[in-house]
Amino acid sequence: MAFSNEQLERYSRHIILKEIGAKGQKKLLNGKVLIIGAGGLGAPAAMYLAAAGVGTIGIADADNVDLSNLQRQVIHTTSDVGKPKVESACETMQAINPDIEVKTYQTFVTSENILDLIDGYDFVLDGTDNFPAKFLINDACVIAKKSFSHAGIIRFQGQLMTYVPDSGACYRCVFKQPPPPDAVPTCRQAGVVGAMAGVIGCLQAMEAVKFFINAGNLLTGSLLTYNALTMDFRKIKLPKPDGKCPVCGEHPTILQPFDYEQAVCDLKEK
Amino acid sequence: MPAHESQTEYPIDDTVDITDVVCPTTFVKAKVALEELDDGQVLSIRMNDGEPVQNVPRSIKEEGHKILKLLDNHDGTYNLIVQKIGE
Repeated sequence: MAFSNEQLERYSRHIILKEIGAKGQKKLLNGKVLIIGAGGLGAPAAMYLAAAGVGTIGIADADNVDLSNLQRQVIHTTSDVGKPKVESACETMQAINPDIEVKTYQTFVTSENILDLIDGYDFVLDGTDNFPAKFLINDACVIAKKSFSHAGIIRFQGQLMTYVPDSGACYRCVFKQPPPPDAVPTCRQAGVVGAMAGVIGCLQAMEAVKFFINAGNLLTGSLLTYNALTMDFRKIKLPKPDGKCPVCGEHPTILQPFDYEQAVCDLKEK
Repeated sequence: MPAHESQTEYPIDDTVDITDVVCPTTFVKAKVALEELDDGQVLSIRMNDGEPVQNVPRSIKEEGHKILKLLDNHDGTYNLIVQKIGE
């Protein structure tokens, strides 16, 4: 595939970089990322990955744009309120870069559909806002041997880690199982600074870019935490998997994705 | 510019015309053409007089490639003959 003059100009700041070059840009253009959740984390990630020329971007979300989303979900605008989030996200991404293909899935991601959804994608980006979804994405990606970026944000705090098969701990190795429903507030109940979604969502996009261009080190085997109030980034080295994890261990007991119950207050609003 | 290229004593493996783009795409287009070549192969780059001739050879040199010759086509364009160094 040869670059058009327009592509050379659009991606010139990438191609000039030694770590990307024409070869790396082609890898991005051939890359396929699935973003689960077109919300706070998914919005900046989707916009930067679209701008970067990641050739195929899938985006899954069942919700419609709500006025309360706009404080942080920068892919949607005021005139998008009421519109399906995936439709609004797709319009913004195509406006940024018509060079890429956007696939939309207006659905909740469940144990029934997740393996079909992630099939065919090279990298999955978890932009969800609840523990059941995070464990579901982890289990499905481990089972399907997909690399993915986990992230979570609340108030002034954020965290992320990257899973690559056979390269360090999975999310379940670290967090075992979801906390009891309602034990931990969601960002809907606790609040979150809009820019936190930008910081962490952009870091997820950066991990996806590095995954494709194969440069530097991914956040595998490490958890990066960010406290905006103290301005501390901490990179916590995770223990090597001990082989006992129920999903990524040597004798897994979780062989198929399954759904945890959602907190009642979350379901009511959906 | 085959007529001008024939003036060189170097076997040209590939050519690229960067007269249809402006800085910094000039260098980007040349860099992409060089990436397609193997170590030791020779690229002829047609560029405009002025800014491209001043900057593109320097940038290519900084990337570690070898400038073999700059040929004046006497039509406001030059052909820069570059040997690719490295993979």
